[in-house]
Amino acid sequence: MGAKRTDFIATVIIDLIVAAVVGILAFLLAYILISGLPHVSWSFLTGTTDAFSGAGGIGVQLFNSFYLLVLTMLISIPISLGAGIYLAEYAKDNWRTSLIRSAIEVLSSLPSVVVGLFGFLLFVVKFKIGFSVISGAIALTFFNLPLLTRNIEESLSAVPRNQREAGLSLGLSKWKTEIGIILPVALPGIVTGIVLSAGRVFGEAAALIYTAGQSAPVTNFSDWNPMDPASPLNPFRPAETLAVHIWKVNTEGLASNAAQLSAAASAVLIIAVLLFNLGARVLGNFLYRRVTASK
Amino acid sequence: MEQTNFQLKKQDAQSHEWDARLHRATRATREDWIGRGISYLCIGVIILVVASMLWFITSKGIATFTQNHVSLWKFLSGTNWAPDQGNIGALPMIVGSFAVTFAAAIVATPFAVGTAIFMTEISPNKGRKVLQPVIELLVGIPSVVYGFIGLAVVVPFMRHLVGGSGFGIISATFVLFVMVLPTITTMTVDSLRAVPRHYKEASLALGATRWQTVSRVILRSATPGILTAVIFGMARAFGEALAVQMVIGNAAIMPKNLISPASTLTSQLTTGIGDTIDGTLPNNALWSLALILLLMSLFFNALVRFIAKRGQLKNGR
Repeated sequence: MGAKRTDFIATVIIDLIVAAVVGILAFLLAYILISGLPHVSWSFLTGTTDAFSGAGGIGVQLFNSFYLLVLTMLISIPISLGAGIYLAEYAKDNWRTSLIRSAIEVLSSLPSVVVGLFGFLLFVVKFKIGFSVISGAIALTFFNLPLLTRNIEESLSAVPRNQREAGLSLGLSKWKTEIGIILPVALPGIVTGIVLSAGRVFGEAAALIYTAGQSAPVTNFSDWNPMDPASPLNPFRPAETLAVHIWKVNTEGLASNAAQLSAAASAVLIIAVLLFNLGARVLGNFLYRRVTASK
Repeated sequence: MEQTNFQLKKQDAQSHEWDARLHRATRATREDWIGRGISYLCIGVIILVVASMLWFITSKGIATFTQNHVSLWKFLSGTNWAPDQGNIGALPMIVGSFAVTFAAAIVATPFAVGTAIFMTEISPNKGRKVLQPVIELLVGIPSVVYGFIGLAVVVPFMRHLVGGSGFGIISATFVLFVMVLPTITTMTVDSLRAVPRHYKEASLALGATRWQTVSRVILRSATPGILTAVIFGMARAFGEALAVQMVIGNAAIMPKNLISPASTLTSQLTTGIGDTIDGTLPNNALWSLALILLLMSLFFNALVRFIAKRGQLKNGR
């Protein structure tokens, strides 16, 4: 009887714990959306920020977030693809490979603020590029590389061995086999990983405060020449992102409606991240069906 | 005679040509060289990044001791942090970082293990349909949003509950608890799933209840995995910057209790590094804090490896 009673009590406690965890998430989402969404309007999404108080719209920040995301992905996808192929295909099982793997693990476990400081030291202090989109994008790349590499390696290794043998037996080179046969099969997993990491990059702030900077100069959105200092595409201008904006408004903002402002900005950020998560799942499933011809 | 000679010569020439052709790399081989080159280059970039990161931060971090001649012991044990006046005792930040890390891990672990047991043993179906997405969403919420909610909800709540400003270690613990919960839960789920099915079946066949099976067999054999999960959670808590910085109050003094403003290594770094000049003592002191962060991250990494190795040995026996 004692054992049964303990079993019952333990089950009740675990149920309560689970209810608490679900409750916490429900509260978080409800709080952000309820307190934030009423303040989200078209003029908020496209408006410019008052440089002194931090009040006003988030148009420039929103653009900066997406621009940084695109640049980061443009740099990090090719590198991690190559590195992933190396680990899945060329790396032998020896001390050198295990050293490389540990290095990647170390990089992925470094706090993002340390990665950001390294970017600051390298680009802002040593190379004197200053707070800029390109410094931010490279810092985010450092932070993104280990995760993407591991994801790509896992997706590639999960492809059955006989696909490789089929390619090699047709006289294709190892490289051609990898690019032409293995990569397409692994694509759904890789794309899911990329989109998920995009969500992470989009919400990252600690690595950006001292690389992409904390100011969002108003740019001229009719000027699309990347070399022009006023152009939004200029990679050498400072670019405060949405996540950094939320941090800044809360810590040193002088706006009287800082709480409303950051609630609204958080709501936008959360919705974007949710869309990335949903997109990862939908896109992954879609590609999987296309590639494997399964229903 | 001449004709055979000629034939021989021809044959010779032919064989030479064949020889050359056979020894020349084929297109496939050349492709492979290029491909190999590209992938080596990419992995090389990553290694270079890691190496230079370790090198730069270490060399910056030890400048406090080599250039400014501050004694290491004074730095680690001093409690007075006023870099402008040359006082750089980092103990308040070190204590703050460890306090929030351990507190968050202690609060989060029961929740994470309970959730993981629910997902693997009690109701796998609900676990997959409800809890899996819940955990994934918690991971996806950016840290500044956690910080904002901490500032808007947790800090006022603590102010009402215990008075004071509401900023402090306890608020930071609350925020970090939610942030490390998904990390620990996901990894605990993996380690519970890795427990061989026959362990559970044997226990149930002996007439053990579900809780007896879970607590005495499954949790026992998944212990190395759960420990790893907790360490990963602690590593995340230790390195988290902005969410903590927003709710801890950022006072570089020894924390007297859990509800007075304190600071952590990360919070001091985020607030300070922009205000100091490169190469001066206040700046170098901040880099030394960054070096502590780096070393702790390496330490957590090594600990995880150590546990994994021990776990393997145990299972192999």
